[in-house]
Amino acid sequence: MTTTLQVNGKPQTVAATPDTPLLWVLRGDLQMTGTKFGCGIALCGACTVQIDGVATRSCVTPLSAVGSRHVTTIDGLQGREITALRDAWTELDVVQCGYCQSGQLVSAAALLAATPQPSDADIDAAMDGNLCRCGTYPRIRAGIHRAAVLLAGAS
Amino acid sequence: MSTRRKFLLGTVGVAVAGTALVVGWGLMPVRQRLTGSQPLPAAAGQHVFNGWLKIDIDDTVTVMVPKSEMGQGVLTALAMVLADELDADWSQVRTAHPPLDAIYNNLSTVVDGLPFHPDDDGRLKRLAGTLTAKTMREIGLQVTGGSSSLKDLWLPMREAGASARAMLVVAAAQTWGVPAAECSVANGQVRHAASQRGLRFGELAERAARLPLPDKPVLKTAAQFTLIGQPMRRREAAAKQDGSAVFGIDTLQPGQRYASLLMCPTLGGQVASFDAKAALAMPGVLQVVAVPPLRGGTGGVAAIAGTPWQAMVAAKAVEVQWNHGPAAALSSAGITSQLKQQLADDDGFAYFQHGDAATALKQAARTLQAEYSAPLLTHATLEPQNCTVLYTPDAKDGPRATVWAPTQVPGLARWVAARALGLDSDQVAMNVTLLGGGFGRRLEVDFIAQAAHIARALPGQPVQTFWTREQDSTHDFYRPPCVARYQAGFDNQGRLTAWQAHSAGPSIVQQFLGRQFGLPGAGPDKTTAEGAFDQPYEWPNARISHAIVALPVPVGFWRSVGHSHHAFFKESFVDEAAHVAGQDPLAFRLALLQRHPRHAAVLQRAADLADWGQPLAPAADGAPRARGIALHQSFGSIVAQVAEVSLDPADARRIRVHRVVVAIDCGTAVNPSHIRQQMEGGVVFGLSAALYGEVTLAAGQVQQTNFHQQPMLRGADCPVIETTILASTAPPEGVGEPGTPPTAPAVANALFALTGQRLRSLPLRLA
Repeated sequence: MTTTLQVNGKPQTVAATPDTPLLWVLRGDLQMTGTKFGCGIALCGACTVQIDGVATRSCVTPLSAVGSRHVTTIDGLQGREITALRDAWTELDVVQCGYCQSGQLVSAAALLAATPQPSDADIDAAMDGNLCRCGTYPRIRAGIHRAAVLLAGAS
Repeated sequence: MSTRRKFLLGTVGVAVAGTALVVGWGLMPVRQRLTGSQPLPAAAGQHVFNGWLKIDIDDTVTVMVPKSEMGQGVLTALAMVLADELDADWSQVRTAHPPLDAIYNNLSTVVDGLPFHPDDDGRLKRLAGTLTAKTMREIGLQVTGGSSSLKDLWLPMREAGASARAMLVVAAAQTWGVPAAECSVANGQVRHAASQRGLRFGELAERAARLPLPDKPVLKTAAQFTLIGQPMRRREAAAKQDGSAVFGIDTLQPGQRYASLLMCPTLGGQVASFDAKAALAMPGVLQVVAVPPLRGGTGGVAAIAGTPWQAMVAAKAVEVQWNHGPAAALSSAGITSQLKQQLADDDGFAYFQHGDAATALKQAARTLQAEYSAPLLTHATLEPQNCTVLYTPDAKDGPRATVWAPTQVPGLARWVAARALGLDSDQVAMNVTLLGGGFGRRLEVDFIAQAAHIARALPGQPVQTFWTREQDSTHDFYRPPCVARYQAGFDNQGRLTAWQAHSAGPSIVQQFLGRQFGLPGAGPDKTTAEGAFDQPYEWPNARISHAIVALPVPVGFWRSVGHSHHAFFKESFVDEAAHVAGQDPLAFRLALLQRHPRHAAVLQRAADLADWGQPLAPAADGAPRARGIALHQSFGSIVAQVAEVSLDPADARRIRVHRVVVAIDCGTAVNPSHIRQQMEGGVVFGLSAALYGEVTLAAGQVQQTNFHQQPMLRGADCPVIETTILASTAPPEGVGEPGTPPTAPAVANALFALTGQRLRSLPLRLA
């Protein structure tokens, strides 16, 4: 039995069983290691992808739940928001070890797409599920604000 | 020779893996670390200048960095150091890991591990340091840890860059027929201004690399640095921002299989018997193998399958009978009671004595005593432990293996992988990946030996063994628990006359040497008392000691090691003493630093930036705020922090930290941006532990299995962190760990100022 799903704009057909978490379909069957494994119970956010633009923890999303919706991973994320975020991240030296950053950026991109000028409270709410053991939180916050400025200036 | 000195040499003996101190070796000068025993491998068009540098004909400069990148910025910072002396074009600089070789072995962290006070510059210290460094280099200890990378390679990298620069100049001068002294170097080019000629490094590389090494390459003065001191951006940032960065767990080799483990829930336990029928019937499952406890780890069964998820599901389906082992008798209450008992009964080893503290205490007009405690802590690297091994017993040139791992100790990792496969070290190729967090967890090689053991079951196929978060949380090498009793004496004027600190807890180094080299635990271990005895305060009479407690719970190096709890004990008690003496905590500390102007300057700077002594406005929601201060020296650096704290009006036990001001003197600040990041990271790490960190045991089983039981600091609760770096031209000191120790006491001291409650155990819990 195979399942076909839309990943980064392309159909992918996999042999994984329907109860396989999307995270492991991505990392195992599709060998897309940009999306990370941290806890497996949706408490760290390292596995965050977007499904139809909504930030989603892929470690607790079974393949069977994806259906025909569009999965976007860090590898395939495009558009103004992620571009501005990456520029801001580089400018502000956000990353340290980097392991959480795929999830951080996917969550932040979803936030900016929905809320182009987020308040600190908006950032707290949207980013609360993304853990960072290296402590890059202050720079993530500053990076999101900076990306918002870049987005506003460019439009 | 005094008993203390015998003990110190005994420690050095233990630290050199049981071999007697070897006498008769001369001191190896820095330049003998320039070239390895084998020339570096070089691609076509690539020219090797020494063990640290290759230059391509297309101008690419490759700096060989024998350090693991775990977020501390070591790849970038060390490349900066060499590139600065080389006068390279920074945009052309790349980094690569060199093959293992003695010249890359870390000396400074081992030497700094000797139990000497930083103020002690005596002959015995220098002798012990020299001998240990030599022996460590020969045995092979390439380590990234102890906040030592820049300190360890500061001079070797500079020599390597300056040496190559000199060769490039000679090559250009010969090409042009001009005196070398008339040539200058900048941005990857050698120029002869008088004749307006220039040649790029790539054009000179082949000729220059064949020249003899210069005798005494001239190093730059601090005023001449162009890269050192600049906040250069991380080289690998882009890859970490687009998902292409490869961590250990991202290793993908052709035909790779995956292994997931079911480990004994009791620490150190092993498999008695197992039934894999159900697991073997599951899709994609290839094998199920038992794994014994290796290198201090815990035994279990591994299910090997075609995909990671297939392996994870299969592992859970194996039925196992466990032999739980001696740790099954452990409980948190039992551990605490054993520590307290030994604290009372065992005088331990004195790491520092000055004057006669016992008598001074007896004669004091007033005394103060307090007991402190700190729990076991987990590392929780976000990337769980993993290692990929390909074992090829039938390779053409004899049995071989290749290992890919997020390790801080590649030489040791290679050695244990080889042993697990019945090979010699030189039959094993070691690849160090990026690390998704280290924090000291990756100094251990349990998961490396385990992965090699598992790969033996599938010769010719690469097998990635990776742990779930549950396995990771419950099979760590924890920050040791510790209890301490502090006593102070005061005269009639409230001046400090005596300081006595005694603590009890397990020894990381004794356990580490046991699990790696089978050495029996013996002799003092500096990490058990660091942070207590090696501090700048001028105690009039002092005795600082520690009693080692043997416990079957695996303990290991956790970011800042012994400093992580001793700073909390010591800086809290200094604060308590200040209050008893009726003095401001800042003034009280400054009075004990009169012969330590560097430390006083750091403390004063943090205090000034935090407006210490000025009224502190309430939080935005009206909750009153208070400040706490702490000063601590670790890994060669001096850090002071001031924390601003309030309580949640809706929940009077919920501690909020609004702001932490950090001042650091770390010698030469090679990359100020990295230093700020490490201070932020260190504070967040320390604050998480201070507010929430606790690992508990029942029947030898760790009860906190995943993040739902391990609360950690999240972005919304992260304070504003402001860092100031004191200017210095001294050689660089540690930065990765020194930001963590002062945080817990700064917060605890602020809580006392705010509430009058003195919290003496971690995590901080208000009544």
